[in-house]
Amino acid sequence: MSPLNSHPVDLLRFNTCGSVDDGKSTLIGRLLYDSKSLMEDQIEALERSADITGGGQINLANLTDGLRAEREQGITIDVAYRYFATPHRKFIIADTPGHVQYTRNMVTGASSANLSIILIDARQGVIEQSRRHAIIASLLRIPHLVVAINKMDLVDWSQDRFQEIKDQFEEFLPRLDIKDVKFIPVSALNGDNIVTTSEHTPWYPGPTLLGHLETVHIASDSNLSNFRFPVQWVNRPNNPTNHALHDFRGLSGQIAGGIVKVGQKVTVLPSGFSSAVKQIWTLDGMLDEAFCPQSVTLVLDHDLDISRGDTIVDAEDLPGAASELHAKICWMNPRPLTPGKQYFLKHTNQTVKAAILSIDHKINISTLDKETGVSDLAMNDIGEIRLKTAKPIIYDGYATNRLTGSFILIEPGTNATVAAGMLLPPTEVARPEYRDFAI
Amino acid sequence: MPVGEEERRNQWPDLPSVIIFPMKSYHLDHLDYLETEAIHIMREVVSEFERPSILFSGGKDSICLLRLAEKAFRPSDIPMPFLNVATGHEFPELLEFRDRRAKELNAKLIVRTVDEALERGTAVQAAGQISRNQLQIPVLLGAIEEYRFDCCIGGARRDEEKARAKERFFSFRDSFGQWDPKNQRPEIWNLYNGRLNPGENMRIFPLSNWTEMDVWEYIKREKLEVPSIYFSHKRRCVRRGGQWVPDTELMPAKPNEEVRDLVVRVRTIGDIISTGCVESPATNCDDIIAEIAAARVTERGSRADDRVSEAAMEDRKKAGYF
Repeated sequence: MSPLNSHPVDLLRFNTCGSVDDGKSTLIGRLLYDSKSLMEDQIEALERSADITGGGQINLANLTDGLRAEREQGITIDVAYRYFATPHRKFIIADTPGHVQYTRNMVTGASSANLSIILIDARQGVIEQSRRHAIIASLLRIPHLVVAINKMDLVDWSQDRFQEIKDQFEEFLPRLDIKDVKFIPVSALNGDNIVTTSEHTPWYPGPTLLGHLETVHIASDSNLSNFRFPVQWVNRPNNPTNHALHDFRGLSGQIAGGIVKVGQKVTVLPSGFSSAVKQIWTLDGMLDEAFCPQSVTLVLDHDLDISRGDTIVDAEDLPGAASELHAKICWMNPRPLTPGKQYFLKHTNQTVKAAILSIDHKINISTLDKETGVSDLAMNDIGEIRLKTAKPIIYDGYATNRLTGSFILIEPGTNATVAAGMLLPPTEVARPEYRDFAI
Repeated sequence: MPVGEEERRNQWPDLPSVIIFPMKSYHLDHLDYLETEAIHIMREVVSEFERPSILFSGGKDSICLLRLAEKAFRPSDIPMPFLNVATGHEFPELLEFRDRRAKELNAKLIVRTVDEALERGTAVQAAGQISRNQLQIPVLLGAIEEYRFDCCIGGARRDEEKARAKERFFSFRDSFGQWDPKNQRPEIWNLYNGRLNPGENMRIFPLSNWTEMDVWEYIKREKLEVPSIYFSHKRRCVRRGGQWVPDTELMPAKPNEEVRDLVVRVRTIGDIISTGCVESPATNCDDIIAEIAAARVTERGSRADDRVSEAAMEDRKKAGYF
């Protein structure tokens, strides 16, 4: 494509969080409605249900609340995904409920987001829920945060009130790991500063919510510095008709960090074999280089014993390796986490047995204080734990790489996903056993 | 001045003099992003399941699935069979395409039909029920049992329908094939939990994050062939339930129904008797993309099966639907 043509559109993933009645669903409904992403039959369906249940008032929340129980109870009980596009960008919204007991849904919806929108009711200001959401966003290292101060019409579009809430929020911001925060005064119900600039906020010089979503810089959100390639599947054609493929042995996977180039020297962990990249194979042809998060098939110079669960990394830039891990986790199951219990731990492409050694502390999600001496972590608790895995894990700290620094815990028997884990930076770098080994 | 800039200005004097030369970009556009996400899921499937299958109907979404499977597994063969649960009321063009595409890809195609199930009594038609949509459920569950599939990859997308918007990539089904929307496994980062106990099953939806527009843009980019009925053609249609549906021998037009010869195409393919045809001059992907961009009705707005009630899809999914 010539540089003078229109550039291809990219994709922004964001999630919305707020307490019950903060107007989250209304905000999403408004974004879809005002950006003309709603279709006639959707509006028609809304009107149908408005006539039956809403006393004639169209309820934009009915758009996202897709399950019967939600419409009946007027709540959102699970993560709902919505899609819309403007000429500048495509968007994926994860609508995550604000209920205290639904922290796990927010973690689910926000884990892969580029941006989080926290809604605050201008009448109530920053409440415990808002802090909780900001802390979770920080914990998950969501690169961008938007604080939408909603229902501004109900506080007479007061600039003082906006400033007061902004100050409240900024007060605890230094304790969080969020670099980019934007405050926007809105009324989701009336559409002010959602897609079109409000005439009620001449004192606010910034962009509308959609304007910000369309322009926020996301190109550097993924890790492009440290090459990490967890091998997902070994690609060896069975009985190929093409003789050239008889000896083909490709290593398929999604690049979890950095950039890889043909000729690059790599190390395979945990074995420590060294080799170089011979080909970067894709269905569309060979590439000279590939980057995170592309899915490719690597062919190495040497025919090494490599299987799913191994990680190929830059020979000069080794990750951590350990079987005793230190991590922050969010507990997601009604049965609490108790030290001593065994789980399966899934990290990149491998699942290993893991035992919980100890709980260092629980994090008070409203104050960020550390509570020590706790004996378990209950559903929606966040804490720091130590665990031991049956095999060493090749990893980076979550702060450096969201893909090689994260894991889930699975309960044996029920197979429930019971925790989301974020690894603290490794204390020991992987030490390959056979540094210079090559066949 | 960058190399070549002077030449460029001489050649195209009308262009603005400040241009940004393309920098090497390490950022994916939206189709590349959706593609790599789906390829990753495909490869997780072959690694974590013993007996996977791909649901292939010949429709546009499953056509994309097959291309993604090629992207994930080539130069190896696609390491799983294709399964089609046919209602017996398909458009003939769809069946012809389905069989041909499976052959081209050198894949094993398993077809199980509602007719067989009705004959054997494993599916029973309810009184007054015309659409065979509901009847696909026992047929699908029967095929899963027969071949002991532990997972089926499907082309469903979250933008299609409200209940689907709540669906996971890895959608767990209990030993009765049922979906429990209130008790889904959280999906965090790209770490999918595919663990199952015997008899349980996983439905996997690599296109979850795709929209109708993305599908057509992908079909265009990848130059994928699709059944001819997606493009404009002449067809005798009958007006039913506020839309034009094909006039077929399965459900001939009644004397009081309006019948017309129209130039139409289908946006989504279901039963031939319940698939709405839209009047359209679109003869290629570009036309369709332009049409969708201007569309004011959703894709499934033309599917009578979803209009039964506000929770029609939710109820079908809970019972074991795709």
